[in-house]
Amino acid sequence: MTSEPDISRSLVIKDLSVEIDGREILKGFNLTVPKGEVHAIMGPNGTGKSTLAKVLAGHEDYTVTGGQVLMDGIDLLAMSVDERSRAGMFLAFQYPNEIPGVSNANFIRAARQARLPDGEEIDAVAFYKEMYAKMAELEMDKSFTGRSVNEGFSGGEKKRNEILQMMMLDPKYAVLDETDSGLDIDALKVVAQGVNSLRSKDRGFLVITHYQRLLSYIVPDIVHVMWDGRIVRSGGKDLALELEEKGYEWVKEELAA
Amino acid sequence: MPDTPSDDTVPDPMSLANARTEWLAAAALPTPDPQLPEWFRELQTRSWRDLVTLPDPKRTDENWRFATLKLSRMDALEPAVAPAESQIAEVLERSEFTPHAAARFVFLNGRPVLTDPGELTGRAGVICLPLREAILTQGELVRAHFMREGAPLGGAKFAALHGAADLDGIFLHVAEGTKVEGAVEIYHWATGENTAVFPHTLIVAEDQADIRVIEYFCSLNPHDATVAVALTDLAAERGGQIEYTALQNWNGHSRHVQINATRVGRDAKARGCFVNLGSRWTRTESLSRMTGTGADSRMLSVNLATGEQEFDQRTLQSHEAERTTSDLLYKNALYDKSRTIFSGLIRVDKGAHFTDAFQTCRNLLGSDEAEANSMPGLEINADEVKCSHGSTSGQISDDEIFYLRARGIPASDARKMITLGFLNQVIDHIEAEEVRDHVHRLVEEKFLNVVE
Repeated sequence: MTSEPDISRSLVIKDLSVEIDGREILKGFNLTVPKGEVHAIMGPNGTGKSTLAKVLAGHEDYTVTGGQVLMDGIDLLAMSVDERSRAGMFLAFQYPNEIPGVSNANFIRAARQARLPDGEEIDAVAFYKEMYAKMAELEMDKSFTGRSVNEGFSGGEKKRNEILQMMMLDPKYAVLDETDSGLDIDALKVVAQGVNSLRSKDRGFLVITHYQRLLSYIVPDIVHVMWDGRIVRSGGKDLALELEEKGYEWVKEELAA
Repeated sequence: MPDTPSDDTVPDPMSLANARTEWLAAAALPTPDPQLPEWFRELQTRSWRDLVTLPDPKRTDENWRFATLKLSRMDALEPAVAPAESQIAEVLERSEFTPHAAARFVFLNGRPVLTDPGELTGRAGVICLPLREAILTQGELVRAHFMREGAPLGGAKFAALHGAADLDGIFLHVAEGTKVEGAVEIYHWATGENTAVFPHTLIVAEDQADIRVIEYFCSLNPHDATVAVALTDLAAERGGQIEYTALQNWNGHSRHVQINATRVGRDAKARGCFVNLGSRWTRTESLSRMTGTGADSRMLSVNLATGEQEFDQRTLQSHEAERTTSDLLYKNALYDKSRTIFSGLIRVDKGAHFTDAFQTCRNLLGSDEAEANSMPGLEINADEVKCSHGSTSGQISDDEIFYLRARGIPASDARKMITLGFLNQVIDHIEAEEVRDHVHRLVEEKFLNVVE
């Protein structure tokens, strides 16, 4: 991690400035996540963590006013929401939407189908086999395939479903936005296991969280502290523990000093 | 009820000899078929009288509020001509039956061109016949249910037109304890400019009997503007069960009127689903009468309106006995400059205590120019009732689209998936699995071909 990251195998965010409704949220944000690494972003509420996640996914409510984002050297910001996903960007939502009347299986299948060249069809048998295997890993009942996407799911079930989608879509970079919120400890372990099973030299993770708890199960390579639209401090996994112990006020005081 | 003749006397056919109606090209009383029983000929004569005396739908009639009246105007309708051999061959080829259909019927221009009672052939407890034959051989059974409820929701003149016209349709009677697997599947095809057809379906299920029926309405070609005035009489007698689905898929120039009367007796269950995909203009009127304790009626409708289509739907949930249930769910997805009208009334009679009645109409607007009108209503004259009604209109949520796009699904596909999901929630209530799958497929097909 001391050597310069290879741009062609990294997610590079450079001087990114973003506003919504005329309010600047990200203010010259810089971060590089090389493949093979797990980076955590911690910070208090309202500091721009979720904005960063949504901007990476391409949410149209946000306006990028400066900077760039390169995914393996390719301009991510030039792509539409769905193009980014197909190119390998994945966002696990903090609040996954409910899609009434669309079965979970059809939803995931459509997402997979969208990645195939025109005229090529998914092999349904293989698809279900793969999905059931991944659901078993996440301790999800098979009945979730037939149910409407996230409709009537508990908080924990929704988060597992996000991880299931991630497993099925095999992204290059995954951004996990407050995946621990609404999870009890058992669900947290299962979700973390799912994420850990996907850790590889060919995939980068950006784990956004308010609490250190998740990082005991998904152990990051680097921890960043975000404050007022920027990263103000970076360190090893111990930084998360230090933050947990001293609280975010500590960062604020250090910044003021 | 306005414009519903209360006079049950039989007029002298001679007094009508010179009567005319602009609705028909052949402006004369049809010659009564002497083979048919007297009660039926009288019904035809009364219908003819009503047809020539009732006024056209008008603006001041609450039952026609919001309707585009010019679409309801009938002008010199032509009688359906006998089809050519090649046309018969074509509709037989194009009528898609599900693999486990209990019976198969195909009508073309009102003529039965396929009568295949399939596994119902000779089955004890089941009578399944073309209507004309049923009237000849099962007179009283037919008479007890045929057009008994009138048309209280505005379509009396259309019902009169239907009653005066030549017979076309199916009679299905399922006796006590008889359960029919698979669905009875009926196709109605029509062709010929300004040609009218009058399909009639009469279904009776006795105690512990169970029957499912689907009717398809299809055009032989994409250009002939045909008119169908269809009537369905469903009688779920004490303890009986009926599931009826109508799939209207006429070409975009045609017009469709369907008047449905469902009577649900003690502990009986009825489920009716109207699916509207095609036609220029469709008017459905659906009456459910819960007449026996424990009666349960499920009223469903799925409408996918595009272009300049107008789907006009009027309903009445009439609770006439204690501890009865009705549950209505109508969904409209609208695109382009299409219009929908939903007007529904829940009426709970004095004495119909412990009624549960629900009514929901949801509109999903896919265009700024589309127009959905909803007029829910309640009229409660009993105590201890549980009633709710509601209608909503809205567009697809941007957040839902974002979620699907964030998984790589292109925006137009995402919108289609969400809208299909919205409609699927009604279709999923159809119990006959193969019918449900077929409806899913046809709705999806319209999406792929017509939307965006």
